[in-house]
Amino acid sequence: MSDALGPLRRTGVAYQAGLLGGFTLIAAALLVMGDMATRETIALRKAEDLAASLSQVLPPAIHDNDLLEQPLILQDPEAAPVVVYRALRGLQVTGVAYRIDAAGYAGEIELILGLDAEGGVLGVRVLSHTETPGLGDKIELAKDDWILGFDGRSLDDPPAEGWAVKKDGGTFDQFSGATITPRAVIGAIRRGLAFFARHRDTLTVPAERTTADLVRRSAGDARGQDGAER
Amino acid sequence: MSTESANRPRTDWARIAGDGFWNNNVVFAQSLALCPLLAVTGTATNGLGMGLASTAVLAVSGLLIALVRGLVTPEVRIPVFILVIAVLVTLVDLGMNAWLHDLHKVLGLFIPLIVTNCAILGRAESFASRNPVLPSLFDGLMMGLGFTFVLVVLGAVREIIGSGTLFANASLLLGEGLSFLELTLIPDYRGFLLAILPPGGFLALGFMLAAKRLLDRRIANARRSRPATAAGAGA
Repeated sequence: MSDALGPLRRTGVAYQAGLLGGFTLIAAALLVMGDMATRETIALRKAEDLAASLSQVLPPAIHDNDLLEQPLILQDPEAAPVVVYRALRGLQVTGVAYRIDAAGYAGEIELILGLDAEGGVLGVRVLSHTETPGLGDKIELAKDDWILGFDGRSLDDPPAEGWAVKKDGGTFDQFSGATITPRAVIGAIRRGLAFFARHRDTLTVPAERTTADLVRRSAGDARGQDGAER
Repeated sequence: MSTESANRPRTDWARIAGDGFWNNNVVFAQSLALCPLLAVTGTATNGLGMGLASTAVLAVSGLLIALVRGLVTPEVRIPVFILVIAVLVTLVDLGMNAWLHDLHKVLGLFIPLIVTNCAILGRAESFASRNPVLPSLFDGLMMGLGFTFVLVVLGAVREIIGSGTLFANASLLLGEGLSFLELTLIPDYRGFLLAILPPGGFLALGFMLAAKRLLDRRIANARRSRPATAAGAGA
């Protein structure tokens, strides 16, 4: 089909530009179709990821709402806005979870911290990190249960000077060969607890639940307390 | 394959396969694509996933570029090839994010790097833009499989030495049915960090390159000493 255009036109600027433009248009169309075909599934997978990590730090027993629903966005003067996921039983806040960041040895460590309404730690999990495999990655639950040592702790337990690794005179173990990573995680958890203390009143104020949520909840109650499994 | 070569007598399918898999292997012979190679081969499963994604892009880009080669003028061929490859990689990235999400969490960072895998543009330029559609598709497939082969072997070596397992998390990629592939070869292994870190990748690749040279030399020697009997020993 290229022969029909003739050799002169094929080398002209118009042909080159039209060719490149045509390919770009087709490419754009393909990408739009690809995006449309996958967008919903990807959003669903991301929500599943978030729900899975939230359910590790906010046990299903303490709430009857969908954790991803109605997150609270809190403006903190000392940091970027924090998205807080609330565990509710009825209208009462029974727990909160939010992401905290630590500056690790090899980059940012992203954690999620779950607290009960009194500010005690329900659980901490690492969402992502780039620490050295074999040394710093013991902060992952899959590699070591060190991270479970924070369960039940709160801002005053241990007292302020105890929020450090043992090497620095604190309460928590360091790993052999890696001190910077646990030090960063401990600092981040302490900052997370301080954040809760600053905003305790806002965080634990009884929630206004949407009608749809309440209807679904009562439907869940009617089915016999399986509302938390939505 | 013999029936196809009868239809197209001038295409040497066996040679394309041999080139892609061994003689002109992307890594062993061309030393291309080292960035994705060393970045993802901490485990055999990651290597396999990256290899299959690259193979898909190589084969389909070969097909598409051979289709449009009569239309594309030499002056604009490079931007057109890059555009085709970039679109394919983006589609693979979206598809994996949606349907192979757990693997995407591991490989996600490296999938966009397939665009910069010079092997793909290299094949587009040196093979697909000069050959018909079917041989180009086949060449892309064989080059991709050769690349996958190196990724899996390198991943397996580093995984066994580094963490004492083989094909860990393979069920994420291949489905639960193939979880029997996941082996713990050395129980209670304390791990050998160097093998998992990038320098270990370079070391392992160096040993593999040396082994390939030795093997090739041995084959060549055998062929020289017995030229009559070793006619079919190549490829």
